[in-house]
Amino acid sequence: MSAQDRVIKKWLETNTFHHSEFWDLRELVRAKEEAGLTISLCIPTLNEEKTIGKEIIVFKSELMDRYPLVDELAVIDSGSTDRTLDIAKSYGADTYLSSDILPAQGSKPGKGENLWKAIHQLKGDVICYVDADIKNIHPKFVSGLVAPLLYREEIQYVKAFYDRPLAVSGGIRPSGGGRVTEILVRPLFSLFFPELTALMQPLSGEYAARREVLETLPFPIGYGVETSHLIDLYQAHGLAAFAQTDLDKRVHRNQSTIDLGKMSFGILQTFLNRLRHYDIVANLPEWEGLFRQIQAEGRTYDMLNHRIVEEERPPMVTLPEYQKRHGK
Amino acid sequence: MGEGTTEMKDSIARNRDLLREMKEILLANVVMAAEIPSPTGGERRLSRFLSDRFTECRLSDIADDQAGNMAGVLPGRNPRRNLLLAAHTDKVWPESEDHTVSVGVGTMSGRGIADNSLGVAVLATLPLLLERLDLQFDANLILLGTSRSFGRGNLGGMRFFLENTDREIDGALCVEGIDLGRLSYSSLGMARGEIRAEDAGNTQSVDLATSGVISSLHSLIGRILEMNRSYYPESRILLGTVEAVSGFNVPPQSGRLQFEIRGTDAAQVAAIEKTVVSIAASLDAESTEVDVEVEMFAHRKPGDLGVGHPLVRKARAVLGELGVKPKVEPSISELAALLQAGIPALTLGVTKGAHRHTFRESISVDPIFDGLAQLVAVLEFMDRNGEAQS
Repeated sequence: MSAQDRVIKKWLETNTFHHSEFWDLRELVRAKEEAGLTISLCIPTLNEEKTIGKEIIVFKSELMDRYPLVDELAVIDSGSTDRTLDIAKSYGADTYLSSDILPAQGSKPGKGENLWKAIHQLKGDVICYVDADIKNIHPKFVSGLVAPLLYREEIQYVKAFYDRPLAVSGGIRPSGGGRVTEILVRPLFSLFFPELTALMQPLSGEYAARREVLETLPFPIGYGVETSHLIDLYQAHGLAAFAQTDLDKRVHRNQSTIDLGKMSFGILQTFLNRLRHYDIVANLPEWEGLFRQIQAEGRTYDMLNHRIVEEERPPMVTLPEYQKRHGK
Repeated sequence: MGEGTTEMKDSIARNRDLLREMKEILLANVVMAAEIPSPTGGERRLSRFLSDRFTECRLSDIADDQAGNMAGVLPGRNPRRNLLLAAHTDKVWPESEDHTVSVGVGTMSGRGIADNSLGVAVLATLPLLLERLDLQFDANLILLGTSRSFGRGNLGGMRFFLENTDREIDGALCVEGIDLGRLSYSSLGMARGEIRAEDAGNTQSVDLATSGVISSLHSLIGRILEMNRSYYPESRILLGTVEAVSGFNVPPQSGRLQFEIRGTDAAQVAAIEKTVVSIAASLDAESTEVDVEVEMFAHRKPGDLGVGHPLVRKARAVLGELGVKPKVEPSISELAALLQAGIPALTLGVTKGAHRHTFRESISVDPIFDGLAQLVAVLEFMDRNGEAQS
């Protein structure tokens, strides 16, 4: 076993949790109060009227009204054209349009933009991000992620993972990381950041982190935001800053292969940008961010070009508006 | 508290506003209760959910029983009397169906959300609701999630509870998710059964060769419809399931017909049952090609609290204050077992809803608080006016 393998193995033993370890919400509230921390929950949205209401109801009831684990529950929206914001508001969430936050910084499309602006808008010492498209919502999606931060000071960033390995014919499937993880991100991490392969689902949209870490991270506003976080945080603090929690099962809508192609293209751009930033590879060419797909219909072949540019927001702590609002 | 007084009006309005403050807690319980599959006989997980909620609310005597019921007691100040609030925990949906709930502005939908996830959620939330209203009853309030209500379950949970509890029940309310305004204080006589037809392996007739047991079921249905024309509306035979399946071109060799006889006159229900059984028996005897048998698996006797009973009058008055027109309908559910046991009882609905027992089943959120205020007002009356009810 290599030294790297030993690091990964040890980390898996000490920093991988199961949500059931944190079932006692009363105890979590006690730990939060003892640690003197406040927690903000952010749900980034864009046309999520089918699932947002249920998420708000469950989180507000279980994690605010019954057990005050979460101090702030906010929906940050990219400009939904459906009833997402009406529904969220009607069940007691604070709702914000991303474009109304830090107006001087302008508005960019993409989920990463909402996550970045949440750092400015929300007040908590810990921010927990949960996607809005979860059908089987449960308080564990938050409690399981914030708990390691309440109990272990050295942990800065906790990722969710789902769908534990299944027994399959011919052995055990290595992990259930999702298609883009398994065919793009895991191979890239294996080559360049092997220790990060310990994260079962590096792309999961559910994670919790300390403000002092989030405010120092640059934020790609598109598909690459999670990948970028992992690399930057790893470079700064090493694997020990991470933890991951098994949340069992997540039911959500599936994306088409074409959409996964676009996602992979965005992530790859972010990944290469980080390699360039850390001088890990030399002489990478500039690229125009054009993702090319070919569509065949009979003997007619069409090119479908998608411009996917991974713009990046600077670390929040560098913004004067943020420094003023948060007393930095 | 009197009937139709200004005091009552003010109290209902005040309670409704306070209860509305508990919206998310109640609705979260609706979501969780609805997303737990709970087919008849498989209510264990939903009962466990109730038990967890009862524990969090520090109820006493939290216990399940052999039948799969889950009970918890909110102790009264002067606990000589016991009131029962019951909701059945089983749903008509099998475990394999998608139980996901959707929440919109003012509506929630999903399989079983009205029948009876909302009722179960009311049980789970009631201790907190009463705390919010700063209400403590003199009587003990037993909260009971009953198992095996539907179909072959034959009210097994409620019957078991009534037969085995060591507490004398002085009055009871059964909670159903829909519809607000429902007021059941009587139960119908009922007999529920299944007729099964099997190919006896001796096919000779054209009918059997071309349609299998469908021809026998068809003949049975014809006879039953004919009977309905004689007995309706006092009694009726409801046909709920006819099943004989084998694709497009192979006559099915077995089939079944599920039916329920309902009526206000026990003797007539019994007579109809006897006739149905004899029709099936004669079909069986007349044919060497098809075996026909009947299984009866549930019976109810009719019961009636009476329109003039104080509890009924109170419930009407409360609905009147809420501006809701009472919809009086006899019941064949848990109420039947309670009335049969001589316990003054009502079934009340909590909110408006639609598409019951379909995948589009839905409830309206806003009227829930009228429904809850109604339950509280009737419970308060039962608590304060025990003697008047007996």
